[in-house]
Amino acid sequence: MLEINDLSISFSSYSFGLRKTETCAIRSLDLTITPGQIMAVVGQSGGGKSLLAHALLGILPRNARVTGGMLFKGEPLTIKRQAALRGRQIALIPQSMTYLNPLVRVGNQVAQAARLGGVPGRESKGAVSRAFTRYRLNQKVISCFPFQLSGGMARRVLTATATVGGAELILADEPTSGLDPASSGETLAHLRELADSGKAVLLITHDIEAALKVADSLTVFCGGVTLEVAAAGDFSSHGVLRHPYTRALWGALPGNDFVGAVPAAMTIAKNGGCPFSCDCPKSDTVCNDMMPELKRLYNGLVRCHYA
Amino acid sequence: MLEAQQLAFRYRDELPWIVNGIDLDIRPGEIVGLPGPSGRGKSTLAKVLGGYLLPERGSVRVDGAPLTRSGFCPVQLLFQHPELAVNPRWRIGEILGEAEAPPAALLDELGIESAWFERYPHELSGGELQRVCLARAICSKTRYLLCDEMTSMLDALTQAQIWRAILNIVKRRNLGLLVISHDTALIDRLCDRVVPCFADHPDAQIDNLPGDQKDQDRNSGEHHREEADIPPDSTDRPQTGIQL
Repeated sequence: MLEINDLSISFSSYSFGLRKTETCAIRSLDLTITPGQIMAVVGQSGGGKSLLAHALLGILPRNARVTGGMLFKGEPLTIKRQAALRGRQIALIPQSMTYLNPLVRVGNQVAQAARLGGVPGRESKGAVSRAFTRYRLNQKVISCFPFQLSGGMARRVLTATATVGGAELILADEPTSGLDPASSGETLAHLRELADSGKAVLLITHDIEAALKVADSLTVFCGGVTLEVAAAGDFSSHGVLRHPYTRALWGALPGNDFVGAVPAAMTIAKNGGCPFSCDCPKSDTVCNDMMPELKRLYNGLVRCHYA
Repeated sequence: MLEAQQLAFRYRDELPWIVNGIDLDIRPGEIVGLPGPSGRGKSTLAKVLGGYLLPERGSVRVDGAPLTRSGFCPVQLLFQHPELAVNPRWRIGEILGEAEAPPAALLDELGIESAWFERYPHELSGGELQRVCLARAICSKTRYLLCDEMTSMLDALTQAQIWRAILNIVKRRNLGLLVISHDTALIDRLCDRVVPCFADHPDAQIDNLPGDQKDQDRNSGEHHREEADIPPDSTDRPQTGIQL
């Protein structure tokens, strides 16, 4: 369904007068999703995970430069094709309720999404009503404005907006952050249901535990680089995980060892080497200077000199 | 000891009680967990304890005296979204020194680099900014810290690192700590004791109120703002509890 090869995103900005600087947000990202699958992208907060979703939809700001290949159904995603596909075949469940138009009743926003997604105009009302029922929203909510909704309800409205049309690829950006376990479980169950109905879901999250509940496989992402691609089952024990960063991330969970690392060092990662080299117990000069290749290791992928 | 007695709070007279009849005490050096689903009033309780909101009934006392309404508040609140808790037009250096200049040792311990001082809040990541807020809240007069979902938007590594640092500081300075979170694994890990103020009873959840009731709540607009983590009138008010 979706294939991303060596994607990089950088931003140019004028720092002082006319001096132009380029900041690299994503350096080398590789990802593949097939229909019926949930692929989770997990990694540090502020690591450019949301940019990935925005790059796929072609809604990055104008000073962004994207290189590398993005294939949707085998054909490259050009700017023109992105404009034609977004909202129709590729839909986004955004991170926060600020993505809802504050001046339009939520029912109308879902109806608009339905029409864009290919539901004929006269049927859109019924589609909205069904979508609200499906996500356990009271029919009265249809005529509410976004500010009248709680966080959990807004999240369900956003999910309804993304799924009311016939989109085949759903990008879910941090769908569980700030939700309590019951609501987040419900959101994740909706994603699973979408995948089981043959859609492909890209789940972008910092919450590795949430990702493990529903995802088929996980792409671990740090400092703008894919470090590991693992099946969800690999996380059940320490031994199978391939990259030291993944092991550290897993170990840092409150239910495990709860040992933290200094993330400041990872976000810099401008030395050209592995982004985790500053904190990695195995690292040496090679790790600092040279980016390892992504290589196959027991049914997964890993980018480490010593894996 | 931070003591709350029979605390009750609602946003308006015609609205339901958000906090009702809550007793809570936190001793210095004690780490207390407050779990519970969203929309039950955990954040509202934290704001009442921190002096941001005045309780309608009951009292909050710090070491025997009522909570101060002016000057530095010994009870400091940390929010879920640090970017909303700082003045976006201030540089990090100004933000850090809002109450008093934090000692270099504290900055080191929290991994705050002096290179950040000239930057603006939007130029730091969430984890970095949260540590800045933490350094700002830990002053010489701080006695209690209330952490409201402080790390729920951070990745596991950053979360673990921030909590390790806090636990060290809390232990050394003998501060009382209230951890508000819906992550029960985190609470089990950190806390000496858990207070079940907001135990599970689904009717209490605002989300699930039947239509009319809910519309009434929502129409006021007040209710919903609690999720923004900052009282509506105080976006620019310092987190340090100084009343303007």
